[in-house]
Amino acid sequence: MEEFFQQLTNGLAVGAIYALIALGYTMVYGVLKLINFAHGELFTIGSYLGLTLLTSLGLSDVFGPVLAILLLAAMVMGLVAVVGALLERTAYRPLRESPRLSAVVSALGASIFFQNAVMLIYGARLRVYPLGILPRTAVNLFGIYLPLVKLLILFASVAIMTALYLYIHKTRIGTAIRAAAIDQGAARLMGIDVDRVILIVFLIGPALGGAAGLMVGLLYGQINFTMGWVYGLKAFTAAILGGIGNIPGAMVGGILLGVIEAMGAAYISIAWKDAIAFVVLILILIVRPTGLLGERVAEKV
Amino acid sequence: MLLNIENLRVKYGNIEVLHGVTLQVKQGEIVTILGANGAGKSTTLLSISGLVRVAAGTIFFQNSELQKLRAHDIVKLGIAQVPEGRRIFDTLTVQENLNMGAFVRKDGHQINETREWVYKLFPILKERRQQLAGTLSGGEQQMLAIGRGLMNKPRILLLDEPSLGLAPLLVKAIFQTLDEVNQAGVTILLVEQNARAALKLAHRGYVMEVGRIVLEDTAEALLANPEVQEAYLGGTRA
Repeated sequence: MEEFFQQLTNGLAVGAIYALIALGYTMVYGVLKLINFAHGELFTIGSYLGLTLLTSLGLSDVFGPVLAILLLAAMVMGLVAVVGALLERTAYRPLRESPRLSAVVSALGASIFFQNAVMLIYGARLRVYPLGILPRTAVNLFGIYLPLVKLLILFASVAIMTALYLYIHKTRIGTAIRAAAIDQGAARLMGIDVDRVILIVFLIGPALGGAAGLMVGLLYGQINFTMGWVYGLKAFTAAILGGIGNIPGAMVGGILLGVIEAMGAAYISIAWKDAIAFVVLILILIVRPTGLLGERVAEKV
Repeated sequence: MLLNIENLRVKYGNIEVLHGVTLQVKQGEIVTILGANGAGKSTTLLSISGLVRVAAGTIFFQNSELQKLRAHDIVKLGIAQVPEGRRIFDTLTVQENLNMGAFVRKDGHQINETREWVYKLFPILKERRQQLAGTLSGGEQQMLAIGRGLMNKPRILLLDEPSLGLAPLLVKAIFQTLDEVNQAGVTILLVEQNARAALKLAHRGYVMEVGRIVLEDTAEALLANPEVQEAYLGGTRA
């Protein structure tokens, strides 16, 4: 039983990271009906920027470890958000009126561009986060060993996702984002500036992806320039699992996928970890193509 | 003159669909545009709201040239459109839909007053305010679409086929409400295929055929016009 809960917490931490990345896919898809294939690379950029800021600023000497990490996260999120907005401006906005496929090709191009840019700047070898950023303490919860870093990841993700949920569902702009996702033309007739909505989505999504990148760096200690591909694919799977375009769906899908993977790795075989994730994807596409929460309200005439 | 459209031309790709439409709407009027499918009625409304690009001509709303403005700035002037096919936000609640209608308004507490007015016009919407809009019946969705347009507290309300797919009794009720809305000071430009109902409500009307205005008159005169009767009112009345 102890083993089970240990794996559950592992799964929750990784799942929270998947969920954060998946939110970026799902929000962009919701408004633009475009899969932002460069999103995984924004995640990579987040973890590399985290590394740079971590090693160059020495925040933890000034502010203490936890506050330093939070500051770092805020900076990484802000910077990756800017990269996301630039990506939208240069790669997607000029193609707004073009066929869907053009934007997809542009997304793939942006992905290759970012991946190579990271490689050229930081080198092709894997990079290591400095040790001892966070105290290596662990909380013992009913016999389950919970390292501080995992706790921090869980708390931070839940906090971020709660804030996002409230923003999307309780504020005027959040409702406008949902309206634009349902019907852009009708949203414009309401006076909603859809270009601005798209910009906001391209600030929030990349910011969350950047935060996830930082979390992976802190959790595993190593990062490399191709990691956005695997994480992006997993998070994309999570978004589909929850129902693409559906924000709570991405959260549920991400966490579920993380837990399923952890359980599969523990009880079936660690070698099958990735395969299990994609079996889940195939199953959901066969059984419930709209995803777990991606239920459309029946149209009535 | 509240709305003054002159020589409006619109192209979809290389094909011109409006060949110089000229029409006016005065403050306080109900004006209807009649015409068959594909005559260009919806395109005319969409170009007023800035959703289709104007190739040539001018659309003046008082002193503002709408063809130079972006859609969201046009809405800010007090021009609301109830689009064809309702296009309500089906996974938002009724109340959230109404709030989106007031998106450009900054006068917080007065928005609540407008909402109460809309609820008075369409009491069923108040009953269902927490329901998802997609679960409403067709008639209720049309009421919501009109209510959403009114939440802008518009100076002019553009309506595209509000009677589409509705039972005759419901059409009558909705047109009565539109009359009430007009009495409250909202100018209305109504595109309709249900010509008889539209002409009974309107003060004046235009008839469009393949991208042109072919006839313009008072509503009574159009109702009595044999050509209009033949083409749009199902033959001469017995």
